[in-house]
Amino acid sequence: MTFGTKRDCTQKIMRTVLLVSALTSVLIVVLIFVFTAGRAAPAFHEIGIWKMVSDTTWRPGSGEFGILAMIAGSGIVTLGAVLLGVPLALGSAVFLAEIAPEWIAGAVRPSIELLAGIPSVVYGLFGMAVIVPMVRTIPAPGNAGYGVLSASVVLAVMILPTVTSISELAIRSVPAGYREGSLALGATKWETVRRVLIPAAKPGIVSAVILGLGRALGETVAMIMVIGNSAILPAASTGNPLSIFLSRARTLTGNIAVEISYATGVHESALFATGVVLFVLIMLINSSAALLLKKGVR
Amino acid sequence: MKKRIAGFVTLSAAVLFTGACGEQGADETVEITVVGSTTVQPLAECLGEAWEAIDPGVLITVSGGGSSVGVNSASEQTADIGMASREIKDSEIQNCPEIVVHTIARDGIAIVVHPDLAVDGITMEQARKIFAGEITDWSEAGGTPGTIFVVVREEGSGTRAAFEEIVMEDDIIIDSAILQPSNGAVRTSVASTPGSIAFISFGYLDSTTKPVAVNGALPTTENVNSGAYPIVRPLNMVTFGEPEGAVADWLEFIKGEDGQAVVAAEGYLPL
Repeated sequence: MTFGTKRDCTQKIMRTVLLVSALTSVLIVVLIFVFTAGRAAPAFHEIGIWKMVSDTTWRPGSGEFGILAMIAGSGIVTLGAVLLGVPLALGSAVFLAEIAPEWIAGAVRPSIELLAGIPSVVYGLFGMAVIVPMVRTIPAPGNAGYGVLSASVVLAVMILPTVTSISELAIRSVPAGYREGSLALGATKWETVRRVLIPAAKPGIVSAVILGLGRALGETVAMIMVIGNSAILPAASTGNPLSIFLSRARTLTGNIAVEISYATGVHESALFATGVVLFVLIMLINSSAALLLKKGVR
Repeated sequence: MKKRIAGFVTLSAAVLFTGACGEQGADETVEITVVGSTTVQPLAECLGEAWEAIDPGVLITVSGGGSSVGVNSASEQTADIGMASREIKDSEIQNCPEIVVHTIARDGIAIVVHPDLAVDGITMEQARKIFAGEITDWSEAGGTPGTIFVVVREEGSGTRAAFEEIVMEDDIIIDSAILQPSNGAVRTSVASTPGSIAFISFGYLDSTTKPVAVNGALPTTENVNSGAYPIVRPLNMVTFGEPEGAVADWLEFIKGEDGQAVVAAEGYLPL
């Protein structure tokens, strides 16, 4: 009997301990949001939320605090990274899950995962020293190498591990019966991958892409080093609309990191407001990924 | 398990207790807090060390934050001394008329270009038009045809504020300029981008970029002293009211012969 009570007691204590740990994480997120929003309040109040997110001119010196250029900058860089990175990641995922013999997969997988461990400042250095000079050789007016394309290439590599590993997991978790059935009906391996496995793993793959998107949106240091940081709306410099990728830009994260150390007053508050906008964007993206994952994993 | 926790608690308590003891023992030391411009910061640290060696009863803590933070810290008395690498703005004096400005050194701002560029000098007028985006090709500024890439510092930087005040007059630096968040990063960008131009503090001049003459004068100490080089800014320390006690002693040391020797040794321009 006493033994039983002691066990019950431990149960109860551990339950509480674990609950507190879980609640702490939630509390931290809430606190971060509340404090960021609190510091952003003067800017929202003085400038107006709508004016801030719809105005493209950012000149703190003359009291202009529009962050639309930075929202567009973050958006286009992320789009570029997804366009470049997702096909590559999907290819690796299919290769690792379906084609590679175990010993090759065992060698390739850790090296892809290693990409996730490289500090972003190292990616930035690589971008500055290698990617930017390469992009500079593209003949277009005003192309200095620093810009959206360089940033997207660097980001594409940075999101590779996230997208690859979650997509691989999604493909692997397709029931073996689907695969075997398809092959038994005479489909080739490629047909099986294209017509059966990828459609079946689609929710998992989509959430992998969305998580990659969130990662790309939040990247800071590497972006500052290669994107040029000009607070302008990215625009095409020639008749070719693709030249928009050669434009310089500034990301939401970069806006905060570049200016916070010297900012005071409304300027500082406007940077916190930039943080709130970023926070909301990333929250939207992550919750949509969570929703899709829930749908995908049955 | 319980024993381990108990051990940990004892250890933590011991650490905390020792920490408290350390502070109590140091109560005779006068602390001077210095906050502000990252351009003045390294100089203030050297001047602080030099003064601590002379007067061991003083502890000088220097931290960055930028010129605007420096002026604000002095106005709000959250620091004993604020540092600013530019003139104090009228709005800042209006905001707090009690602040007293002490110029401790001067610093030149050099205009540098990519080393391969065949331009040796420009006029102030050309510099203003280049940074405003009115001149966009080197053929309009005495060079061979090629796009000009302007590299600048971020808003709030003292170097940028001083450059705007001295060179830009009422013009605004072009928004599409490549922006880098420190003197070092600006220098790296210019060194690696053909056709680029930027402004950096004299202290950051080296062989990776090429300084150009402004109105015929190269950015050298001699040209600043003779008055020929036009882009010179004061490095200031700001106090709330006239300084007293330890702060006054230190500022006197800085403005004196020994302090100015430190200024020169650190590559800044003495008064």
